[in-house]
Order: sequence, then structure tokens, then C-alpha cells
Amino acid sequence: MLAQQIINGLSLGGVYALFALGFTLVFGVLNVINLAHGAIFMIGAYAALHAVLVFHVSLLPAIFVAALVTGGAGWILDKLIFAPLRASRAPHLAPMIATIGVSICVTSLIEGYFGSENLRFPLDTLPSSTLTLASVQVNWLDVKIIVLALLLMGGMLWVIRHSSTGRALRALAESPKAAALLGVNVGGLFLATSVIASILGGVSGVLIALYTNSVFPHMGQPMLHKGIAVVIIGGMGDVRGALIGGFFLGFAEVLTIAYIGSNMRDAVAFGLLFSVLLLRPAGLFGQAPQRRA
Amino acid sequence: MEWLDSFWSTYSTLVLSTGTNVLLALSIYVTLACGLLSLANAGFMAIGAYSAVLLTLHTVTPLPLALIVGAIAAAMIALLIAVPTLRLSGVYLAMATLAFGEVVRILILNAEDVTGGALGLNGIPQLVGLFEVISSVTVALYVFLRLAHSRIGRTIAAISQDEIATELMGLNVRAYKLVCFVIGAALAGLAGALNAHFTFFISPNEYGFERAVEILAMGVIGGVSSPWGAVLGGTLITALPELLRGMGRYRPLINGVILIMIMLYSPKGLWDGLQTLRRRIRP
Repeated sequence: MLAQQIINGLSLGGVYALFALGFTLVFGVLNVINLAHGAIFMIGAYAALHAVLVFHVSLLPAIFVAALVTGGAGWILDKLIFAPLRASRAPHLAPMIATIGVSICVTSLIEGYFGSENLRFPLDTLPSSTLTLASVQVNWLDVKIIVLALLLMGGMLWVIRHSSTGRALRALAESPKAAALLGVNVGGLFLATSVIASILGGVSGVLIALYTNSVFPHMGQPMLHKGIAVVIIGGMGDVRGALIGGFFLGFAEVLTIAYIGSNMRDAVAFGLLFSVLLLRPAGLFGQAPQRRA
Repeated sequence: MEWLDSFWSTYSTLVLSTGTNVLLALSIYVTLACGLLSLANAGFMAIGAYSAVLLTLHTVTPLPLALIVGAIAAAMIALLIAVPTLRLSGVYLAMATLAFGEVVRILILNAEDVTGGALGLNGIPQLVGLFEVISSVTVALYVFLRLAHSRIGRTIAAISQDEIATELMGLNVRAYKLVCFVIGAALAGLAGALNAHFTFFISPNEYGFERAVEILAMGVIGGVSSPWGAVLGGTLITALPELLRGMGRYRPLINGVILIMIMLYSPKGLWDGLQTLRRRIRP
């Protein structure tokens, strides 16, 4: 029982962490609370589903298609919204409100094209075989979700920690002006961040669609709330915090459903969030920007 | 006057919700004007709505008293949560208040004996008419307009510009922020209490994340440089879906595009945009 819950917590937490990673990247680097991240997540799920239904591809290529489509969406998002608002030095709430508009537009378009009903992946695309690990039955799907989530996270962490792009990215998050003076291609890096964050969001959309086997136009909203909770618990803009926060929330939810009751699931996320904010306002790992006179 | 009757029977709810939405926009205006990015106002709205409705539904409380109780209940809770949350600023405050709103919603959802849980409360007496809404909006707007150029208004503007400098001038920044937060909560509670008494029905899901963001959008779209911005934002966000009714199923799409356009071309809000336009036409 407990072992099964641990596997569930790992796969759900992995998806949350992946989603939150994209959200926190955009916040940390572009300084934007991207309320369209849920819509991008939903686009990813639809793109993969469409690829499976129309082109009859298997899961891995479908995930690749989703990454391509959501990466494009991230490119458009930066070119159309973030870059013009950066150029006009808009107040910091303007991009956030604009992303609400984006979210409404995208949801409406998807609803118009695919309809508002709940769609499912055909059963033969989902791996149904199980793996027996020390007397615990593990679904292959869970294994694939966990491995893919961990691979993407590991890759991102390595890029941010050890590559020159990662160094430039961290400099940019610290101060765009100083980074530009040091010869960092600021515009390009902002664009790349938006694209990569959207890909992470899109892939997590496919994974949650596989995990729950349902795809619907408003699937991004509850995820966005959880992503925000994760990012707060971990500390805004903190990559490591987003990862740990994601797994933390995944486990908390799975254990609540198993041992307390499913109606308290959402209360757990936000109860945790509220108490973390009261005790450690900057999140478990974040450091609040301090300004002294 | 026949057209007026038919207009009123079709659009009375729209007109009344425009009024309560303007109140909500004013409630976020007070907090934003003070530099506080709060997303708790949907939660305060819920507290106001539920406490007023429980009174009018189960007792013979007159409406004005119920409205006042709704506003005061929200203000009391605001005082309570202000102590820990107003230490936070910027995004952290936004997220803490957002979490507070969700906690309120979930508490209402689970206190089924009192609140009816997810089914909500039904058959609320329709006590609120045009008079109550218009007088509330007028009073709130008048007070804010008068305050804008007073000592208090200028202090608040100074706090939103630079908190530390204001504090160094010997002004009690904490107290001003607290008062703004509580007044915003009371207004949101009043709006919730008013709103509940012409919609027949309330349920916790009306006061969730979407509502919180909608209230913020009304404030930002209108602009926070003047209370008139809140009037503009509240009216626009309420009326826009209705004006676009002819667009059929792509109505939300156009609604979204308009939001984006306003933010791209007038990032400080419509009121600021109009002022700039006016100066350009008649310098």
C-alpha cells in the first residue's frame, strides 16, 4: 500500500515539478507571473493527443510533437507579449494581466476547434503492462512518467548550473542591465527562456493527460493553481525549490487521498502554502529580496 | 418609458453587477494604490456575501444592517490576517493572499451544515435594487475622489512610490497599509453582500482564483492612478462579454484579444491612456 503510494507520489510530484520549473523560470528570468502557463500545458496535451489520433504515432514522438508545438507557443508569447512590454518598460503587472488575455484566447480557440468535452487517449497507446519490483506492482506508465520528468529536470539543472548559457541566465535573473553590459544577448536569452519554459509546461501537460487519461480545454486552471502553490513553497524563481516543492506537493496530495480523504486534497495544497508563507515568507529555499535604506 | 421597462427587465442583473464590480474594482484600487498587490478580495467578497446572506435567510435582519455586517465581517478577518501577511510584499503578498482566498473557499466548501457546501445557498431574498447599488458606489467613489488630493491620498501615493523614503519622513507606513488593506476588504465584503442579494444563489466556486484574478484585472485595466480608472475597468470587464454577444462562440477569444491590446498599448491602464490621448489632442 505505502509502496504503491510512493510510486504515485513520485509520478504526480514529477509532473508538478516539471510544470513548476517552467513557471518559476519565467518568473525568475523574465520577472513575469505567467498566468498563460496553464493554457500552454493544455496545448501540450492536445498536441500530443492530436498526433496520436491523426498520425497514429506512439507516445514518445507524440511528446516530441507536443514539445515542438508548445515551444512555438512560447516563441509567439515572447515575441507578441513579453518583448513589446519589456521594450515599453510597462509596469510589472501589465504582462501578468496580458497573459490572462492569452489564456482566455487559447482556451477559447481550443474549445472551438476540439469541443469542450473530455477526450481520451486510445487505450492501446498507453502501456498497460506492469513491472513487479520486490512484490510491488508498478505500472510502466508511471515508470515512464518518472524517468522522463527526472531526465528533463536533470538536464535543465545541468544547463543552469554548469553551462555558459546557464551562467548567462543566472546573470540575467540577477540584473538584465549588468548582463547586457557584459555582452550577454539579453533579448535572445529572454526568448529562449520563454520557449524552454513553455516546452516544460507542454510536456508536463502530456504527462498529466496520460496519468489521468483525460484532456479537456480547462485542464490548465487547476494545474496553474498547483504550480503557483509549488513555486511559493519552494521559493519564487528558485529552480531547486520548484523541484523539491513539486515532489513535496505530489506526495502530500497522494498521501492525503490515501489516508484522509479526497475532498481534502486541495485544502492540503493551499493549507501548506499558507503556513509556509507565514513561517518562511520567501519559501523553503528562497531568499526574499531585501532592500534597505 | 416602455423601452426603459423592457431594458430593465432584460439587463437589470447586468446593470447591478456592473455596480458591484465597480465596487470590487475600487476595493482593489485602494490596495494597489498603496502598493499592495493583494488577491484576497475574492475571499473577502465571499465572507461578506455569506455572512449577510446567513442573516437575511435565517433571521429578520433588515438589509442595510446585513450589508454592514457583511462589510464589517470582511474587515475583521482582514485585520486578523493583516498582522502576518502585511510583512510580505510584492509577489509574496499576492501569493499569500491568493492562498488565503483558496483557504476561505475550501472552508466554505467543507462547512456544509452552515453554508450548504458545494451546493451553495439558494432562494436568497432579492432585496437589492438600483438604489442600494448606486448609492454604495457613489459614496465610495466620492470618498476616494476627495481623498485623492488630500494629505492621506498623497501619503498613500508616496508609499506606493517609495516605502522607505516615506517612512523616513516620519509617516507610519504600516498603519496606512493596514488601513488600506482593511478598507479594501470592507468594500469587497460590501460588494459581495450586495451581489448575493440580487443573484438568488451563491456558491463557494464563485469566489475562487478566477474571481480574484478578475478583480485584479478590473483594477489594472482601468488603471490605479485615479478612482475613475476603477470605474472604467469594472464597467468594461462586466460589459465586454455582453457587448460581444453577437460574436457567437468566439466571444471569449475577442474578449481576450481586447485585454491583451489594452495592456500592450496602454500598460498603465485605460484611464492613463485616455489622459495621454486628451493631452495629445488638446495640449
